[in-house]
Amino acid sequence: MSIRDYVTLRVGGQLFGVDAARVHDVFHPRGLTPVPLSRSEIAGVLNLRGRIVTAVCARRRLGLGPREEGAPEPLAIGLEVHGDSYGLVIDSVDEVLKLDDEKFHAAPGNLPPRWAEIIVGVYQLEKELLIVLDPHTLLDAGHLKAA
Amino acid sequence: MRLSRTCGLKSNLTGYAVDDLIAEFLTETAESLEVVDSELVKFEANPNERKTLDNIFRLVHTIKGTCGFLGLGRLEAVAHAGETLLGRFRDGKLEVTSDAVTLVLHSIDRIKFILSGLESTGNEPDGDDHDLISQLEAMAEGQAVDISAVQAIDVPERSLNGEIEPAELNIPAVSTAAAAAAAPLQAGDIDPATGRALRPGEVSEADLEAAFAAAEAPDWMNEAVADVEPELSVSEVAPAPVAAAAPVAAKAAPVASDAPAPMMGEDGAGIATTQSIRVSVDVLEGLMTLVSEMVLTRNQLLQISRNREDSAFATPLQRLSTLTGELQDSVMKTRMQPIGAAWKKLPRLVRDLSHELGKKIDLVMDGEGTELDRQVLELIRDPLTHMVRNSADHGLEPTAERIELGKPANGTVKLSAFHEGGYIVIRIADNGRGLNTARIREKIIEKALAPRNEVEAMSDQQIHRFIFAPGFSTAAKVTNLSGRGVGMDVVRTNIEQIGGQIDLVSIMGQGTTFTIKIPLTLAIVSALIVGAGGQKFAVPQTSVMELVRTGANAEHKIEKINDALVLRLRDKLLPLVQLGPTMQLEAAQSEDPTFVMVIQVGERRYGLVVNDVLDTEEIVVKPLAGILRSVQAFSGATILGDGSVVLILDPNALSEYAGNIIDEKSAEDGEIVVASAENEKVAMLLFKAGYGAPKAVELAHITRLEHIEVEKIERMDGRAALQYRGKLMPILNVSEGSGLMAEGIQPLLVFTGEGYAMALAVDEIVDVVEDSLSIELSPDRQGVRGTAVVAGRACEILDVDYYQFRGLAEHARKTTTESDAGKVAA
Repeated sequence: MSIRDYVTLRVGGQLFGVDAARVHDVFHPRGLTPVPLSRSEIAGVLNLRGRIVTAVCARRRLGLGPREEGAPEPLAIGLEVHGDSYGLVIDSVDEVLKLDDEKFHAAPGNLPPRWAEIIVGVYQLEKELLIVLDPHTLLDAGHLKAA
Repeated sequence: MRLSRTCGLKSNLTGYAVDDLIAEFLTETAESLEVVDSELVKFEANPNERKTLDNIFRLVHTIKGTCGFLGLGRLEAVAHAGETLLGRFRDGKLEVTSDAVTLVLHSIDRIKFILSGLESTGNEPDGDDHDLISQLEAMAEGQAVDISAVQAIDVPERSLNGEIEPAELNIPAVSTAAAAAAAPLQAGDIDPATGRALRPGEVSEADLEAAFAAAEAPDWMNEAVADVEPELSVSEVAPAPVAAAAPVAAKAAPVASDAPAPMMGEDGAGIATTQSIRVSVDVLEGLMTLVSEMVLTRNQLLQISRNREDSAFATPLQRLSTLTGELQDSVMKTRMQPIGAAWKKLPRLVRDLSHELGKKIDLVMDGEGTELDRQVLELIRDPLTHMVRNSADHGLEPTAERIELGKPANGTVKLSAFHEGGYIVIRIADNGRGLNTARIREKIIEKALAPRNEVEAMSDQQIHRFIFAPGFSTAAKVTNLSGRGVGMDVVRTNIEQIGGQIDLVSIMGQGTTFTIKIPLTLAIVSALIVGAGGQKFAVPQTSVMELVRTGANAEHKIEKINDALVLRLRDKLLPLVQLGPTMQLEAAQSEDPTFVMVIQVGERRYGLVVNDVLDTEEIVVKPLAGILRSVQAFSGATILGDGSVVLILDPNALSEYAGNIIDEKSAEDGEIVVASAENEKVAMLLFKAGYGAPKAVELAHITRLEHIEVEKIERMDGRAALQYRGKLMPILNVSEGSGLMAEGIQPLLVFTGEGYAMALAVDEIVDVVEDSLSIELSPDRQGVRGTAVVAGRACEILDVDYYQFRGLAEHARKTTTESDAGKVAA
């Protein structure tokens, strides 16, 4: 039995989790420079304390609609994949949860493909389901496919 | 000082720790050996070159000396025997044969092998060099030697591990020396160590050793010997000779005072003449990072000071800025190395291949002095070696086959390097058999690398590129040297990892040329910051030739040829790319172009139309994240002084958008001249098609020039057509005697009219000239308006209407015959 920490976050109302060890920081994605000719989910590149961070919009990556009018300013969680800095743009960040590996389940088989490929598995929390994201495929598989 | 360190070293050698001294020795020796390798090959080709031999001799001698000094007996013995043989060459007592050189090369390999063992374990590896040494000695004596008896050693990346059993170490030379030490030799005696007569004034090796041992024998030596004895058999020399040498010490003494001198000389001379020092790569890397950050901070400071009136900072800041720039240049320079450093091993490699494969191979190297960042250099060293090996092994035919084919008996592998923009271009070309397209095609299907129907539809070029696919190897037999299945895919991966590209052109029976293009450095560039579509971009300044102001009231106006934009610049036509629309930026639609940046990429020149030119800045190139690397238009991103992030445009990728309006060769020669209404002259395109006189056509009639791979042209019941801008465009022959090329790139003249397009296939575009057009001879066949003298040459002037009618006829899929068409046109 082992316990893992997850940063939980919301995108379009759905609760997601990312392995807390992989999250470097949480920030407001400001001063974005759009990247022409890139994939639609690329929100742009920004300067985060001297590092260039590529912001990826989780809503667009997951095929969800745009944010509602008047919603609070989006947040981003800083992740590193293959040495590159990314910011995953999300709606809000919840708490950090400690979860038991035993309650972890593989992702169900009926998910749409663009969800299935980026999901590691699911935790059944009391009130709702927590979907665990895989930052690797979320941020990098896309470029492999495009290349 | 040095001696006492050595003594410490000897005991260290027994352990795992590799002393600084050994590490330094290893680096120096590795460099020397590389030089020896290539020098020897040079020497073999030209045995009379005295200087080369002296050079080799000196290098081997230095290695031997240092080995002996550090107590590396096995190394010393091999180096010694090699040196002896070289000495015979030098004295002119022995003729330089290929076998002899091979033998010396074998001993160099053996030394490398022992060195690699030394590097990984701190000890000389276990083994017996008797075979080699006796061969070397026999060769030096002028006896016939069967070199195949000596086992050639593959110098391993990492050598054998394992403890050294002192009993098994076998060092004949040292033992001989030890024995000889008891009885110093007279001049004229045969020195057993060198196997030749001593020259007057020369001291035998054994004498030197004995003298050295005797003179320095007190205390520390004995201690050291006691330390070393169980580990290294070098110590065999010590206790007995020290005692035995005592009687001769007097005689040896004068020598002894000299003897250590050359060895110490390394230190002494070092202080006086040092022009270079060794700096660890980590230190340089750290320096580079610091300077990069400093440049960024400087930029931010400059930005702040620009927005303030407060001038107290202005002057020192300017000074700081200049200094930072100079510092940056200097640091960059420390990292630049000539590419020749990565080629040093190749002459030896090719020579060995030449022997093993029984092929005669010439290695031609061009542009060794071309410099690039050492980090990049290290990364391409192995791929290059691999490719040269491939070219020699697979690319070139055996000599007999070449002669049969009527080719020169010597195959050539040509390596060249040159700078192009911010890149270094390296070419590896052989004049061998070329790739076997059919075999590769079979192999792709056999290995299921692509579906059969796709493979069948692929052009030769596409097929050829499959040699870069993982696990692809067509070598019929696995030779000792290549064809082990790790191949071009690894090469490609290595090159792509550093932001480079690799491509190849192969012509059956004529050879294969690989072209590698890699960025010169991965660090700082000076860039122009431009605006388009409401966004800022950085353009590397190295590729910007000039800036031209354009717009409604400017002298230079943008003009259109069909849909393509061009700019008249000093009587040349410059194809244009509009940055905003190319980037698909909506805001670009309402913008007026204000500047054209004239950009040169290799042989191509085009204009990049932007809305604004804002600034020049030194930028630190940061690579784009993986998810963005598929966007070809950008080579990276950077942070500007104001803290914003801008994307760096890749001028090379953008040139793809410029199209082919102007034939590259003509553009390069600056021969494009536009027709002007003021005089009677007309711009004409000269080209060749079929037999007979060159042909000419008025440039105004031509919409575009295209260069299309022949494979892309489709053929249907004797007619040719090309998928062009979403439509099928018929391709016509100029005359009976001309037609499409069998392979390669087909030049086409494209003509367009109301809703249709057609192309004429020509053999070669010669020139664009401006001349008055006066037709002097009447036509002798249809499609020709007559003959005229254009630029001093008699040319047939094409009747464009005739071809346009034929094109239209083809287009409508009418079965109009040529004669009918001719009548109508006439």
